[in-house]
Amino acid sequence: MEPSILAQQTVNGLVLGTSYGLIAIGYTMVYGIIGMINFAHGEIYMVSAYLTAIFLAVLASFGITSVPFTLVVVLAATICVTALHGWFLERIAYRPLRNSTRLAPLITAIGLSLVLQNYVRLSQGARSQGIPTLLQGSFAIPIDSHGNLIRITHVQTLIVIVALLSMAVLTFIMHRTSLGRACRATEQDRIMASLLGIDTDRVIAIVFIIGAAMAAIAGVLVSLNYGSFDFHIGFVTGIKAFTAAVLGGIGSLPGAMLGGLILGLAESFFAGFVNSDYKDVFAFSLLVLILIFRPSGLLGQPQITKV
Amino acid sequence: MKKTSFYGMVLALIALLAPPAMAEETIPIGVAGPLTGAYAAFGEQLWRGAEQAAKDINAAGGVNGKKIELFKGDDACEPKQARAVASQLTDRHGVKAVIGHFCSSSTIPASDVYAEAGILHITPASTNPMVTERRITTLFRTCGRDNQQGSVGADFVVNKLKAKAIAVIHDKDTYGQGLADSMRAELHRMGKKEVLYEGLTRGEKDFNALVTKLKSVNADAVYFGGLHNEAGPLVRQMKEQGLKATLISGDGIVSEEFVVAAGGPTFAEGVHMTFGRDPRKIKEGQEVVEQLRKTGYEPEGYTLYAYATMQIIAAAITATRSTDGATLAKWLHTNDVPTVMGSKGWDAKGDLKVSDYVMYRWNAKGSYAEVP
Repeated sequence: MEPSILAQQTVNGLVLGTSYGLIAIGYTMVYGIIGMINFAHGEIYMVSAYLTAIFLAVLASFGITSVPFTLVVVLAATICVTALHGWFLERIAYRPLRNSTRLAPLITAIGLSLVLQNYVRLSQGARSQGIPTLLQGSFAIPIDSHGNLIRITHVQTLIVIVALLSMAVLTFIMHRTSLGRACRATEQDRIMASLLGIDTDRVIAIVFIIGAAMAAIAGVLVSLNYGSFDFHIGFVTGIKAFTAAVLGGIGSLPGAMLGGLILGLAESFFAGFVNSDYKDVFAFSLLVLILIFRPSGLLGQPQITKV
Repeated sequence: MKKTSFYGMVLALIALLAPPAMAEETIPIGVAGPLTGAYAAFGEQLWRGAEQAAKDINAAGGVNGKKIELFKGDDACEPKQARAVASQLTDRHGVKAVIGHFCSSSTIPASDVYAEAGILHITPASTNPMVTERRITTLFRTCGRDNQQGSVGADFVVNKLKAKAIAVIHDKDTYGQGLADSMRAELHRMGKKEVLYEGLTRGEKDFNALVTKLKSVNADAVYFGGLHNEAGPLVRQMKEQGLKATLISGDGIVSEEFVVAAGGPTFAEGVHMTFGRDPRKIKEGQEVVEQLRKTGYEPEGYTLYAYATMQIIAAAITATRSTDGATLAKWLHTNDVPTVMGSKGWDAKGDLKVSDYVMYRWNAKGSYAEVP
């Protein structure tokens, strides 16, 4: 096994893994606070890819060519509108069913994911959509004296940097601000938190918004990376990100990123060194194995049943 | 007031459910393919071609004085849905012939339904060998077969590119893997062996791990059996990682959407593919090509194949004065039919007697041209 190939596969896995991780955050935060899976989260990610293309086109029509400016504006605008989708999702599919059976919001979320998917299909068409190449080129890093090198495109570098940055910001918000304290309190005991004067409905809405914003960051960067998307991408990516969240311990923020990275690396290494036909089989077998030995995931807190 | 409108609605519903009242005057024909879903671009090609042909035939007086009426069937390239759509076309709309199904994995299950109903079924686009290998006498195709396509591909890779390390990739689907397998079989027949044979997953976008693997085996030619949605990101990631290998594929990437999926002509440039001799260049079809372009639609890919298929069905019904599948099939097995793509004739299996696959290359302008 050549070191340059090993290094390149590690890079491939890390980039794939950070994008899984960013989306997994949405799953894990929502689960942490209301104990339910948000099945429409993959579609939120898909919507953000379309928004990216729309905002890019709008900026281009104004004749703006500065890449950093475009990137920042598109990222900001996409995050805002996608966050709005997240808020809306909570308002329609979750809040009216807050005190009904546990299964009801699950079904409304699945229903809303179908609505989002078909709404985008009908309004934007079923064809693949392309995104102009904003950042071209790559870094070539020499690995050994034989001229073997690994390549990281500028967009891939950006994915990793932005993902790490947003993880840091999110961790700061959750641990150092009053908003974060309210989130953690609601997570621990919603009734008690509301008795102490926390508007739990508002906190839950904010968690949905944060999750959607993280999915939007992934949506912008990933669609810039692959250059194309269609209304289907939410499904496969959503399942992978959900797996990452479970792997890392659902409910845990660092767990979501760790799970994403492990899943990305596992897929990359298995496809690269064994067989790409069975990479998903391998990734899911790994999930099963980890859950056998650590039922609440790698960084998850074991559920304590109160007596 | 409220009551009457309610009865009105009930009546309207009954009218909707009842079989078409005009059934006596028209000949119902089904057009089935992926009209929605990720492969909707191909479904549109089939529909546009068939629709234009039906319009032209009806304008010229119809078939034996009867007008052709088209019914859409959407299978989204899903085998289960294809079977349901086939039953709907035969049972509810009572179609007398079917143009269609695009994906081989849809055509095969649907063809059983049509065979049971005893109607003529012609696919303009499904190239998997299994389509015509199951002894269904009423099933024909107006496109080639993957083994013909695979051998043109293999010949190009070995004799023209003189590739030393050939990798074969497929998408694990009936069409994609079938195409890759026939290309591989031809390679083996020529005494060559591929350095890599692997599948990727449809619907995914990240094939970087596979690309790095291609680099590690020093592949200089990559043959891909699959569709443009995956071929696009694959070739983009090959170029991004600096892999200087030629990507060769089949007719699954014959759509401008391939360029979109790759992220622009810079990435799509240099990709090769096998496809029938460009039907837009055949002289019999010039008038139709002009007509379609006037409506703002470029008749790319399988559009003219669908047009020709409609003509073939009309010709058979006109000649036999029957809509019985077996009678029509018997006539098609023994007669050649003039179409917009030239004269077509079939062997006992329902395959074209003459296949016309040639190699094309995508250029920097985002279109393709025949390789001289």
